Amino acid sequence: MNGDSGVTDVSDFSVPPFEFETKEGNTVEVREYDGERDALRGMYEEFDPADRAQGIPPVRDDALESWLDTVLEGVNVVAWCEGDVAGHTTLVSDERLDAHELAIFVLQCHQGEGIGSRLMYGTLALAYERGVRDVWLTVERWNHAAVRLYKKVGFEVTSQESFEIEMATRLVSR
Amino acid sequence: MKTVLGIGGSDDSIRALEHTLDRVEKTGDELVVAVVENPDTEKDPREILDHVKERVEAHEADADVVRLEGHPGSALVEFAEDGDFNEIVLGGGERSAMGKIQMGHIAEFVLLNSHVTVKLVR
Repeated sequence: MNGDSGVTDVSDFSVPPFEFETKEGNTVEVREYDGERDALRGMYEEFDPADRAQGIPPVRDDALESWLDTVLEGVNVVAWCEGDVAGHTTLVSDERLDAHELAIFVLQCHQGEGIGSRLMYGTLALAYERGVRDVWLTVERWNHAAVRLYKKVGFEVTSQESFEIEMATRLVSR
Repeated sequence: MKTVLGIGGSDDSIRALEHTLDRVEKTGDELVVAVVENPDTEKDPREILDHVKERVEAHEADADVVRLEGHPGSALVEFAEDGDFNEIVLGGGERSAMGKIQMGHIAEFVLLNSHVTVKLVR
C-alpha cells in the first residue's frame, strides 16, 4: 500500500439485524449469515456475469462452491427481500496483511435501492464488534458508483497504479 | 509458432511456466524462457533461473533460457519484438484472500505496450 488508509467511525451505524424500507416500498432485512447457504447460492446463480469483479463470484458450480467455502469463514451479512437473498457482504481475513478484505454483491434487480450501502454500514459495525479494525478492498476503475460509496464511508485510495484501485480504512468507534 | 515466456518468480509465473512447457511438449513450438527481475518478489533471480532450467530439462522441452536485465516489462516487449516472436506468455495474476484476481505489474505493462500477442495463463 502506498497512501494512508482512511478512518470510518462505526458508532452511527446500525448493527445487524435491522430492517429498512426501500423507495419502492419493499422491506429489506439485513442480518448476519446463519447457514442459509442454499438461498445465498441462489443469489449467485442469478448473478449477472457482467457484474463480476476480478473473477468473483465464479460462474462454474464447483468454483462457486469452493469460493463460498472461503468467504463464509469470514464475517458475512445478508440482505433479504421477500424470502430471497438480494445482497451479500463478506469480510475475509488476510493473515499476510493483518487486515480484512471487503466485497459487496447486490443482485442486479435490486441495485439502486440502497441495499449496498446499508449492507456495508451494517457489516462494518458488526465487524468492529468482532474486533476487525483494518479493512481494505479493490475496485475496478470504471466502477465510479462503488468508489463514491466507499469514499463516503471513509475509505481512502491507497494504491491506483494497477487496473484496479485499492482502498483501505480503519474502523473506530467514538 | 515462436513463443517467449516471461517469468519473474511469482507463483502465477511459475504456473505459466508449467502450462507452457506442457504445451510446447505437445506442439513442438519454439520457446524461449526469459527470466526478468520482478520487484514484487523476494526470490533471488539466480534461484529462479535454476528452477527454470530444471523444469525445462524435466519436460524434455527444447527451450532456451535467457536472463533479461532492467525494467522487466519493457525488456520483455523489446526482446519479443526484436526477436520476431509470435506471442508473449505471462502469469495471469495472483488471487487475494477473497479470491479476486490481481494482475501483476509486469503483465499490465506488457498488455498495454506490446505489439506482440499476449497470453495470460490462469
